[in-house]
Amino acid sequence: MDFVLNISLAMIGGAIRVGTPFLFVSLGECLTEKSGRINLGLEGVLVFSAMAAFAGSHWSGSAWLGVLAACLAGGLWGLLHGLLCAMHRVNDIAMGIGLMLLGVGVAFYLGKPLIQPQAMQLQGLALGSWSESAQVRSALNVNPLFPLGVLLAFAMAWGLGHTRLGLELRMVGDSAEAARTLGAPVQGLRILATTLGGVIAGVGGASLSLYYPGSWNEGLSSGQGLIAVALVIFARWSPIHCLYAALIFGGAGAIGPALQSVGISKGYNLFNAIPYALTLVILILTCAPNRTIKGSPSELSVSR
Amino acid sequence: MLPLLSVVLGLMAFGIFAWVGGYSPTQVWLLLFKGAFGDAFSWQNSLQRAAPLILTGLCVAIPAQAGLIVIGGEGALVVGGLACAACPLFLPVHSGLLGSVEILAVSFIAGASWMALVGVLRQYKGVNETISSLLLSYIAINLFKFVVEDLLKDPASLNKPSTPPLNDALLIGGMWGYDVHWGLLWGLVLCLVSFAWLSLSTHGFATRVVGGNPKAAQLVGLPVNTLVVVACALGGGCAGLAGGFQVAAVHTAANASLIEGLGYTGILVSFVARHQPLGLIPVAVLLGGFAAAGSMLQRHLGMPDASVHVLLGLVLVITLASETLRGRVARVLRARAASGVI
Repeated sequence: MDFVLNISLAMIGGAIRVGTPFLFVSLGECLTEKSGRINLGLEGVLVFSAMAAFAGSHWSGSAWLGVLAACLAGGLWGLLHGLLCAMHRVNDIAMGIGLMLLGVGVAFYLGKPLIQPQAMQLQGLALGSWSESAQVRSALNVNPLFPLGVLLAFAMAWGLGHTRLGLELRMVGDSAEAARTLGAPVQGLRILATTLGGVIAGVGGASLSLYYPGSWNEGLSSGQGLIAVALVIFARWSPIHCLYAALIFGGAGAIGPALQSVGISKGYNLFNAIPYALTLVILILTCAPNRTIKGSPSELSVSR
Repeated sequence: MLPLLSVVLGLMAFGIFAWVGGYSPTQVWLLLFKGAFGDAFSWQNSLQRAAPLILTGLCVAIPAQAGLIVIGGEGALVVGGLACAACPLFLPVHSGLLGSVEILAVSFIAGASWMALVGVLRQYKGVNETISSLLLSYIAINLFKFVVEDLLKDPASLNKPSTPPLNDALLIGGMWGYDVHWGLLWGLVLCLVSFAWLSLSTHGFATRVVGGNPKAAQLVGLPVNTLVVVACALGGGCAGLAGGFQVAAVHTAANASLIEGLGYTGILVSFVARHQPLGLIPVAVLLGGFAAAGSMLQRHLGMPDASVHVLLGLVLVITLASETLRGRVARVLRARAASGVI
């Protein structure tokens, strides 16, 4: 009984630990895509902002200033994507690939001196301090960014449905023509959504370099930003569903490290492939040819 | 003209980037040129790097003709390289030239089957090809590591887990005694063949119709699904072949050295060449040259090794952004000529 409890506690803890960056990146992407624009470059944003967070925390000595630096870096990259894609004839998917490669390159370039040093890490919230058991404590030692992400998911769900800005954003995403007729600034709103999406995804980067795995190196994120983009399709563009999806994927991503900690190292790489394979399977199950997915913003180039 | 302009603008932007970092831009440009095309040695180095880039460029360019943005060439390359290194362990392979051709054919088929999956998923399941191809390439890399480090690990390879090395008789040497291996010639030939296929054959034309307007292609009764899957498979086969050549001519066994981002640079090559097979050749030589010159920047100026990634990223972003100028410049000139301003 204890064994089952321990494993499930480890899975929950792992889901939150690994899922937090997924949560932020998918929320950022969700916001961007609601405006009818896709940002495939969030992988670049994630790596770039993880570097900025680590640098910020290293130089200022405060992890929260590092998070702020990550938001600024992510926002800058989002703004760049938004502005470039607002130009006539520029394809947002291709530009996403471009900014992904550039973002990773710039992050590795600027982050070179940061591979050795230490930086102030975010302190976990000890939600399990009531318990005697060490397992419960370690599983419930939660990334302080995670509750923020949960709040953000609910705030976004509410904001998109109940505020003027949220409604306008969705209108721009569903029919640019209609939005233009009603006098909404289509490009402006899209640039805003892409920038804010970058800011939110930046928090995910900070979570990578300042909490788990908690260091800066060149293999920090291999495709997590991209998985998050696919998660948004799975979550059918609902911020609340993004939260569930991120937790499921966090759980899947935690399998490899969990097995390694128990001493199973054979086939470790095979377990590392699970999150990608799971994403692909989910895409196969949710997508269908010749019809758009329910909930998809109709201006989106992937769903047309 | 536009691709050339964007490469020049990319170089200028990189100069500014280096200048902000405290390096002299003129020195950077000079070293890039010298490292890429300064003497016979650097030419060989550049051409050797260009060979796989032409092939991974084709992996983006051919599906692009059918209207797909496939960016998972790295996966097909890794799968092809692994198949090339592993097939002599399981299949009866001839010795000598015939054997080399056989293992390269296996790498082509492996890459083609891997990438055909992307086309099938897109046409029959509606899965976005950009995302699925990149996910598949992460899966391929992890499978590759699993096979190389666990399943087929050569016990003699201690420091760097590798498959057992290929028999010497299967290895591919340099062309006419130079360092540049035969992969370059194959890349050139495949570019010419793709060009001829796309512009002269009925199937090639049909593929381009699918790329231009899939609905119209469907209406006139073209086999859209088959054409898309074939385009993906051909592209993937080229990337697989790139992996095969890297193993049989450069690394002699499948190991982590194969995963050096050649598939990702291929994306760049194809976009800068506007997905034109013949354009891939000069662009791959140019960008391969820059990649080769990266070590010069590192050695002489002490710049980080990621400098080249920054340069290539800048070139790609500027290329994509300059799309906005297309047609516009001509329109302005025409308007000026019409009003007699010029």
